[in-house]
Amino acid sequence: MKRLTAGFVPLAAALLAFVFGAIMILALGANPVDGLAAMIDGAFGTSDRVAATAVRATPLLLVGAGITIAFRASVINIGGEGQIIAGALLSTAVALWIPGTPKILLIPIVILAGLIGGGIWGAIPGVLKAYASVNEILSTIMLNIVAIQLMNYLLRGPMIDPVEVGTSRIPQTQRLTDNAAFPTLIEGSRLHLGVPIAVIAAIIVYIILFRTPLGFRLRAVGHNPDAARAAGISVERNIVSALGLSGALSGLAGVILVFGSESLRLVTDGGSAGFTGSAGFNGIVAALFGGLHPLWTIPSSFLFGSLLTGATELQRELQIPNALAIALNGLIVLFVVSSDKVRTFLNERLDRSLKGDS
Amino acid sequence: MENAPLLQMPLLEMHGITKSFPGVLANDNVSFDVHAGEVHTLLGENGAGKSTLMKILFGLYKPDSGEIRLRGEVASITSPTSAIEQRVGMVHQHFMLVPTLTVAENVALGLPSNRGFRTDLDAVSERITEISDQYGLAVDPGIEIWKLSVGERQRVEIIKALYRDAELLVLDEPTAVLTPQEVDDLFVILRQMTADGTGIIFISHKLHEVLELSDRITVLRNGKVTGDTTPAETDRQQLAEMMVGREVKLAPDKPHVDLGLARLQLRSVSVKGDRGTIAVDDVSLDVHAGEIVGIAGVSGNGQRELAETIAGLRPAEAGSSVMIDDIDLTKANPAQSRAAGLSYVPEERMKDGAVGEFDITENLLLIDHGDAKFRKGPLFDFAKIREHSQRLVDQFSVKTPSLDTPTSSLSGGNIQKLIMARELDSRPSVILAAQPTRGVDIGAAEYIHSQLIEQRSIGVAIVMISEDLDEILGLADRIAVMFEGRIVDVVDRSVATREALGLAMAGG
Repeated sequence: MKRLTAGFVPLAAALLAFVFGAIMILALGANPVDGLAAMIDGAFGTSDRVAATAVRATPLLLVGAGITIAFRASVINIGGEGQIIAGALLSTAVALWIPGTPKILLIPIVILAGLIGGGIWGAIPGVLKAYASVNEILSTIMLNIVAIQLMNYLLRGPMIDPVEVGTSRIPQTQRLTDNAAFPTLIEGSRLHLGVPIAVIAAIIVYIILFRTPLGFRLRAVGHNPDAARAAGISVERNIVSALGLSGALSGLAGVILVFGSESLRLVTDGGSAGFTGSAGFNGIVAALFGGLHPLWTIPSSFLFGSLLTGATELQRELQIPNALAIALNGLIVLFVVSSDKVRTFLNERLDRSLKGDS
Repeated sequence: MENAPLLQMPLLEMHGITKSFPGVLANDNVSFDVHAGEVHTLLGENGAGKSTLMKILFGLYKPDSGEIRLRGEVASITSPTSAIEQRVGMVHQHFMLVPTLTVAENVALGLPSNRGFRTDLDAVSERITEISDQYGLAVDPGIEIWKLSVGERQRVEIIKALYRDAELLVLDEPTAVLTPQEVDDLFVILRQMTADGTGIIFISHKLHEVLELSDRITVLRNGKVTGDTTPAETDRQQLAEMMVGREVKLAPDKPHVDLGLARLQLRSVSVKGDRGTIAVDDVSLDVHAGEIVGIAGVSGNGQRELAETIAGLRPAEAGSSVMIDDIDLTKANPAQSRAAGLSYVPEERMKDGAVGEFDITENLLLIDHGDAKFRKGPLFDFAKIREHSQRLVDQFSVKTPSLDTPTSSLSGGNIQKLIMARELDSRPSVILAAQPTRGVDIGAAEYIHSQLIEQRSIGVAIVMISEDLDEILGLADRIAVMFEGRIVDVVDRSVATREALGLAMAGG
């Protein structure tokens, strides 16, 4: 039977988005071909730029891989931002607390702390949903705000860089010790350990979802909680697991944003985007674009990462505001989401006409 | 059956209707006619082509070839609206009523009003009362639908069709939702209608009802007409064989089994329903090893809630007690009930029994997925898992293109066999089967029954909840009748009669 395959939708959506992007570039008085060339150059032109693209893709990939777990369990996690911050706060606090620990120990410890921080921040709405029927869309969004305010408080108070007290009072921690920095993979490049960690994490998510009893339960609960419950699977526990695991991966993204950064400190501008670069939301986009499949989320994240780095070059070369990247981002989401509806609709029609008699 | 006057000219003639879908010939040169004043039954299993034929009559499908004549003239029916305009009415199996509106408002829905934008409900009500009196339908036009019983709602559907001057009425499985008494009432109404010259197409698979009501019977199988007969010329056995195309056993053989100890013990079980009112009221029942206890009753009398409580899905009220083999399961969750030896075949197979999006293998793994024998280290051992599902699929003759087929694309009968395979594979001590053969074709039903009887002979205690009295009478050793949450009667199969059970089911 001919079915529209999953890969068709993202590609068509991306193509359409780029057509619209070209029109926008045209409207801004520049040549779309030059624009595309500038973006490709900005994302992949030099090895440094490739590294920058990979580094930009990393938090998207981690959040996105987490999102696939939640969405496969039919739990809508919009709390990536908060979970990133929670992971970053806990791991940074741990690193500040044990600054002298050797790198070989410190890195795994901060990673663990980030997983726990994000995991707890994800599990809270999970518990609320499972045992008190609180809608997780609302609770995860609200916990984003709580996390931002918690970060503002901690970085202006208990965790503030002692140097800033009495001077400019910039809300940031002190620079972490060098043995907390993620090692770079290539000398002189910005490509650091976080990139392979994220790819491995996505592969592990794939294995968990499709090769283990835990993933089986999560998917069963996601598809049909009634049947899962009747078969003896605890729906409540699996909702908490789904949000907890999803949050843990976002928390890991938070770790990488701090310990893979050049400034090697946690700093806020008072909101969340200043620290996360909206990875908590863009990760959802990457996951959707990857068809909610953890492995497809890898190339999908890299595409969005290249969009972000490419837009910088676009601005530099053609004086086109890099907000265009955000617009393209939004267009792709729009097309993916709506075309998914179209595809479901078409496939249903196809099935019905083939099945005939009910 | 009283003889209604048959006119010379058939009301409806469908000649040589052929309709194919890719890979399926849904109707193969089907001819079918209905005279004014007769009940012509269309009998066949799911997928036999009944619905396709009716959808063609309603203009939902266009036949590849063949013609439809109404009152002798070639008719072009292009949509349900044009069918209604040509005085063809349909009572769907699932009612098409707005629960918050009144009877009159539902009837008027979609009809032009002679008062422009305002509806003329008084005139509608008046006409409804007329129709209602004529056929003894006894429906108050001013009452909201949600306040009506299922039987009354069905009468509203009939009124809707009659209000639109239907001369030909199609009733799609109209008795599926009714109590035996309501069925009798419906048949009286239908006979009154045929006496007045209405032609009725009756779609059903309940053989004794078909024999009771029909003037003529047409049997479809695989898109072809395989039988054209009258109740006087045939019997249940013959009809079943025409439907299935081979010999069938309507009454399964049950070997003698010595009763063992009580394996499932229910003591004063009370359960609240979804609305917070008592749905199961002080039910006590023992089911012994080697025994099938049938729970008869019209749906909505607490059977579902009782089943869910036994399965650990619904909490029982204080003072209740549920035990399997002396293990107290009163406060158990589903996993604990299953660990104690319960197998549960839920009433709604696609809601509670199987995950539609999962493939065959995954659904067979739904309960045992945590079992160490299906794992290598922390990961699934897919070779072992597939071997296991292949064995079950073969053993229970589940018809599927492959093990990777999404379960939702199987037929109801095959999904039910799949669920039975999974549930029986765990070697249960108690089987709780709710509506095990509802909507399942005769072949699969026969197979499921034989499996239950086999489990009975190896000492399993079986509770079978069913609305189908034939099924209860054919399988059960003892029959408990539920009405308004209580078990109002428990009788031995040897002394049970359809009439007495029907009366008890209606609370009499």
